[in-house]
Amino acid sequence: MVQERGPDTVDINVNMGPQHPSTHGVFRMVLTIDGERVIDVEPHIGYMHRGAEKLSENMDYRAAIGYQDRTDYLAQFLTEQAYCMAVEKLLELEVPERSEYIRVILCELNRVTSHLMFLGAFGIDLGYFGTSFTYGFRERERLQDIFEEVTGERMMYGYFRPGGLAWDVPDNFVQMIRDVLPHTRQGLKDLDMLMTQNEIVAARTKGIGAMNLEDSINWGLSGPMLRAAGSDWDLRKDKPYSIYDRFDYDIPVGSHGDVFDRYLVRLEEAYQSLRIVEQALDQLPDGPIMPEKMPRRLRGPDAEVYAAVEGPRGEYGIYIVSKGGDKAYRLKIRAPSFCNLAALRDMTVGNYVADAVAILGSIDIVLCDVDR
Amino acid sequence: MIGIFKSMYITFATMLRKPVTIEYPAKHRDVPQRDRAFPILLWDKDVDEPFCTGCHACERACPVECMTVTMKDNPLHADGKSDRRKIVDEFWIDYGRCMRCNICVEVCNFEAIAMNNTWAGHELSTFDRNDLVLDLQQLLAQHKQGKIDEWVAE
Ligand code: SF4
Ligand code: SF4
Repeated sequence: MVQERGPDTVDINVNMGPQHPSTHGVFRMVLTIDGERVIDVEPHIGYMHRGAEKLSENMDYRAAIGYQDRTDYLAQFLTEQAYCMAVEKLLELEVPERSEYIRVILCELNRVTSHLMFLGAFGIDLGYFGTSFTYGFRERERLQDIFEEVTGERMMYGYFRPGGLAWDVPDNFVQMIRDVLPHTRQGLKDLDMLMTQNEIVAARTKGIGAMNLEDSINWGLSGPMLRAAGSDWDLRKDKPYSIYDRFDYDIPVGSHGDVFDRYLVRLEEAYQSLRIVEQALDQLPDGPIMPEKMPRRLRGPDAEVYAAVEGPRGEYGIYIVSKGGDKAYRLKIRAPSFCNLAALRDMTVGNYVADAVAILGSIDIVLCDVDR
Repeated sequence: MIGIFKSMYITFATMLRKPVTIEYPAKHRDVPQRDRAFPILLWDKDVDEPFCTGCHACERACPVECMTVTMKDNPLHADGKSDRRKIVDEFWIDYGRCMRCNICVEVCNFEAIAMNNTWAGHELSTFDRNDLVLDLQQLLAQHKQGKIDEWVAE
């Protein structure tokens, strides 16, 4: 007698990437799917590995700055800031006031450009087909132009130096930024209007890829990923570095830890960064940009230092082991993208394939930062 | 539904704004004065020789080791026309490897090298990558012809 039986189902492996528009770089995921549901994810990284840490160990402290830019290429000023802070700690250099202010202004604007990039690319992941992307890029370009006026480069600035800055900003620096800020605000508002209340976006993001606070902490998440889950951990407030204790700003915190909250946290963070920039512009003092007693060659003592900044993706840290000489003996980068990416499997399993794209987008990875 | 209409509204409102893009190959926007394309050598018009003395400082400081410099005795110094005892003999920069970090400009004590701040320094595509290795004459050409208004930070 033939037994009544439903059709057999098998799990299928689907390869996504390395060249896939939604992976934000060269990243490969092998999804195991049961129908439309993801039951396992295996991420493959390393396609962009260039050995940035090892390369930085082979050159002196000034020459290595160029390689920090090339790790997190959407937040170059922040990577330079972390690196310079580590070297300054090592050599006990005092950064002049003016340099600190200029650094904060540029870092915060850089955070805005990074978040604009995220908001634009996130829209693509959800199916906006470029609308949000062009909005984000339009505003990012204006800020990029300022960076170019100041440093001479559009992407790899190489502008911060251990101890201060490479050269002073142009005379119209303050005015230039004040002129652009309203455009940036308007651009953020455009993106806000476009996405926040849109029912389709809500359906695609609310409750997707949620991770509770405990898991987030256990996975070592940081930055907007962690704050979306409900923690207000922010290095700028909790471990104040540079001059961040002089400004008045809020740390946006989410409650569900899902994709939508991560989007909201980043959007609000961009507004808060603009607030910091405005205050810093008001207070910008005159003065030198390099310390008075600057050694001609930077030589470190026998020591180990760690310095971290709150990057747009989370805690970006540089650990330097020095054994004397003008090079780092060992340099380790704590890359926020890498640590945040580690939680991908936990967030994705159980969701649909299309949501995997949204979840990956919400982590906001930079593959050069992941692979270094 | 309201959210969707809001999105539509902002999309159509943006359509009516002025475009922010320019048609690049046809039009070139102005590059800022500090623009950092690739390094070039400067020409001392008073003495009719390069500023560069071939001191190797930039070669040693370059993070990617893309420069090669050699030095020779200055013939104009022997004639008494120049106070540079040594002068550059050969100079190569591999633009294909240079990462435009500006460090060579910073370390030069003779203000002999600067970053190209014109469009000519950006549009450099060639069919053969060996064409991107520039020799002394090519590096000096632009400043010699007065095409560069160089900017060097103090
Ligand atoms: S700009 Fe930097 S990479 Fe290029 S030649 Fe000068 S020192 Fe070398
Ligand atoms: S460009 Fe300057 S640093 Fe380089 S070899 Fe010539 S004089 Fe020396």
